[in-house]
Amino acid sequence: MQEERYQKLKTIVSTYLPDDLSPMDIQPESNFIEELNINSANLVDIVLDVEDTFDIMLENEDMDGMQTVSDALNIIDKKIADK
Amino acid sequence: MDYGNSDKSGRRRKLTVIMTKKEVLSHLPYQEPFLFVDGLTNLDQNSVCGHYTFKADALFYQGHFKNSPVTPGVLLTECCAQIGLVCLGIYLLDQQMDLVAVTNLKIAMSRSQMDFYLPVLPGEKVTVKSEKEYFRFNKLKCKVKLFNAEDRLVCKGILEGMFKSNADEK
Repeated sequence: MQEERYQKLKTIVSTYLPDDLSPMDIQPESNFIEELNINSANLVDIVLDVEDTFDIMLENEDMDGMQTVSDALNIIDKKIADK
Repeated sequence: MDYGNSDKSGRRRKLTVIMTKKEVLSHLPYQEPFLFVDGLTNLDQNSVCGHYTFKADALFYQGHFKNSPVTPGVLLTECCAQIGLVCLGIYLLDQQMDLVAVTNLKIAMSRSQMDFYLPVLPGEKVTVKSEKEYFRFNKLKCKVKLFNAEDRLVCKGILEGMFKSNADEK
């Protein structure tokens, strides 16, 4: 189940990667801004796509805590569990 | 009238009425020679309408183009952004935060996608109409349209900007 969520998240993130990075570069510990070169505006796009894909709502605090791919995955898991 | 108190996130909301158009203009972080807003005619949660008259003696007309002055597309985009994104963004932010936050505003355009249809000549007055697509996590996305004095469409597109307050920094 978590692997499936991870794959879905990777698909979302891939859409916003700059040209010099490939989906292969996305690792659980990848930092969105520092390592994946995603800007803060695209990070909002990722969050909005995550909301649609997983049918959850994120708050400002969740956004603040979303530094890496695994941070995002933990938030997704928690939101789905709380549903 | 909005006498809001603490919202869900516990952020302090100012105990005052919603910003007027004039107050929004006074918080714009621009000045001459890069202010492209003269006034607002409509402003609400979802849309804004404002106008600007391009000064006939503006310096850039000397170079764009040689002997044939036309307002540069980037400045039409800028005009759309200052009215359509920044004025609306200040208005929306003010309802989420206190005045200190709005005063210490930092903004950045994150995306612009525009189509152009007609030229704007020196001294022409233009009107910008903007509709909010969403404002979430301090990102504002709007559909903008710019019309000339004959009410004909000059350009339209999608603009996105990020709003950040120094008061937010930890």
